[in-house]
Amino acid sequence: MSGDHILTVDRLMMRFGGIVAVNELSFTAERRKITALIGPNGAGKTTVFNCITGFYRPSGGAIRLSHDDGRSIQLERLNDFRISKQAKVARTFQNIRLFPGMTALENLMVAQHNALMRASGLTLLGLLGLPSWRAAEARAIDLARAWLDRVGLLDRADDAAGNLPYGDQRRLEIARAMCTEPALLCLDEPAAGLNARESGGLNELLLSIRNEQGTSILLIEHDMSVVMEISDHVVVMDYGVKIAEGTPQAVRDDPKVIAAYLGADEEEAIAVMESGT
Amino acid sequence: MSATSARPSPAAQPSGSAFILKKALISALVALVLFSLMIGIRTEAGPQGGLIYWTRFGDLAALVGTVFGGSIIVELLRQWWGPVDKDSIVPKPVQSAISFAGRWLAPALLVFAFLVPVIFYNQRYILDLSILVLTYVMLGWGLNVVVGLAGLLDLGYVAFYAVGAYSYALLATNFGLSFWVCLPLAGILAAFWGVLLGFPVLRLRGDYLAIVTLAFGEIIRLVIINWQSLTGGPNGVSGIPRPTMFGIPLTPGDDGLAAKLGIEFSPTHRLVFLFYLILAMALLTNWVTIRLRRLPIGRAWEALREDEVACRALGINTTTTKLTAFATGAMFGGFAGAFFATRQGFISPESFTFQESALVLAIVVLGGMGSQLGVALAALTMIGGFELFRGLDQYRMLVFGIAMVLLMIWRPRGLIGHRAPTVYLERNQAISSDLVKEGHG
Repeated sequence: MSGDHILTVDRLMMRFGGIVAVNELSFTAERRKITALIGPNGAGKTTVFNCITGFYRPSGGAIRLSHDDGRSIQLERLNDFRISKQAKVARTFQNIRLFPGMTALENLMVAQHNALMRASGLTLLGLLGLPSWRAAEARAIDLARAWLDRVGLLDRADDAAGNLPYGDQRRLEIARAMCTEPALLCLDEPAAGLNARESGGLNELLLSIRNEQGTSILLIEHDMSVVMEISDHVVVMDYGVKIAEGTPQAVRDDPKVIAAYLGADEEEAIAVMESGT
Repeated sequence: MSATSARPSPAAQPSGSAFILKKALISALVALVLFSLMIGIRTEAGPQGGLIYWTRFGDLAALVGTVFGGSIIVELLRQWWGPVDKDSIVPKPVQSAISFAGRWLAPALLVFAFLVPVIFYNQRYILDLSILVLTYVMLGWGLNVVVGLAGLLDLGYVAFYAVGAYSYALLATNFGLSFWVCLPLAGILAAFWGVLLGFPVLRLRGDYLAIVTLAFGEIIRLVIINWQSLTGGPNGVSGIPRPTMFGIPLTPGDDGLAAKLGIEFSPTHRLVFLFYLILAMALLTNWVTIRLRRLPIGRAWEALREDEVACRALGINTTTTKLTAFATGAMFGGFAGAFFATRQGFISPESFTFQESALVLAIVVLGGMGSQLGVALAALTMIGGFELFRGLDQYRMLVFGIAMVLLMIWRPRGLIGHRAPTVYLERNQAISSDLVKEGHG
């Protein structure tokens, strides 16, 4: 069974001083599936993301990533850039973090940094302009062009990323993350600020990434139309603990989830909790 | 360093004559308060040692009046000019001007540079000045890698210049190594010190980084002053060998270049040789930088300047990326230092004060961070312009300061503030300076 899981989060703890942001959270994400992490504001979703992508070092627990080839990596022992470079986990940010002064194409070229560094012989071969480097660069541009086409930004390839409309920036950030050729793609609220048409397009993009690239996706999302439509599995968090998980349908009808979202008062919440268990 | 966010939006400002008058009145009032004691009352020690004072209300009134009138003129000028380039898309005429400049200005300057020794062969002063300008062009291009591309504010760049100069001076005087052997060694040693400086400051950002690099520059200078047995302390190193043209000395003797070519010896030969040497070194710096920008390492430097967190999320090792930027910049500084030593024949710690760092940084900032052409133009204006105003005596600094203030008002991001993309599919269009980040360390 564990062979199907790309990501296994086991009793993850994250404390900031006296505050427990994530408390013994365990969940799994299946390979080539879309797993959604939802919950009210302040539930600790982004903290979980930061632990998985190496921006925080967890206070306790384990995060295991198992690749297609059977390789297994303990993410909590890696940090910083190694998560993306070695473990092949890519992420996007809640508040878009593109390189605004670089063009859309350049953004995607920066994402292929590690592959290109190898091809340029750690810069030396590239400095001399050897044919092997030129071929590698052409391939990188082709990959970037293909992704720009996928997200519908091919005609804006040479525009500064900071000049693109908000929705385009969101899609460009996803394309940039995909250019690192990740095994697991972590998206932090990809639909935030998008209108209905744009979030529809986002759904198609994410489904096509799952189906064509075979990339597993873990996403945080508040937009229920996105979550319900594309998720294969939903994990619900509140106050740093998991309160429910299952298929979108099952989660939507879960009274604890409804209570968490609608903000039931204390007795009601207890009643709901008891009736739920 | 975050000046862009503080700029007020001109669209929101009223522009009637009442507004202008009000602004001028406020300026005049501020001037009155400031100058009433500084100008209005003059104090001096009297003959008996007591304090005597007299008033100069006439001067005060004239000054306040000047401020009032000046404020009105500045405000009118500002409205006539319109907002300073606010569009985040570079407007069409500017775009075409930029591409014109890129196509013609740079090659024209290059051709002119090659012809300088021919045109000014008999003018030793101009040749000397051109060599000085080119040295600063090279230093500016070197620092541009660190400050302009990687966005790491380095106030101690002169340290690497000093390391290069002393490397060559000491290796040549103690071991008799030739300039051409010492040049790469000077670069390598400077790069090594660049990495050494880089390690402790990697965690620092912005102002903190600037302060530590400033301290590093001072430390190197103080070590040179105090390590008398090695560096000769404040007396410096003298008798540094002049460069040879691949083994052929440029001297009047029988084995000199002039004798070998069968022409009459002239001391200008050496100057011309030095000129082409520094020109070649500066062009090498430029070529390497342009190449590096199009390589993954150069893109990573610029990405680091734009957003360090995003870089880490993309698997870029920010530590080594910063270190390579420091090392590359330092290496070019070291080359320039070795050239400086061989040109002067004598070096002392006095040549490597903070003022040099500030000057090179000013060249990079005025030129437009990251722009190769801008840095070259700024070096020409700063060093050449400074000489141009020599006739103004003590007002030279004043003229220069005013020129710099005006330039920063007119072009807050330097002479050439826009950024050229390193790769494009169809359109090679410049990116407005409003979008390009300055970096936070």
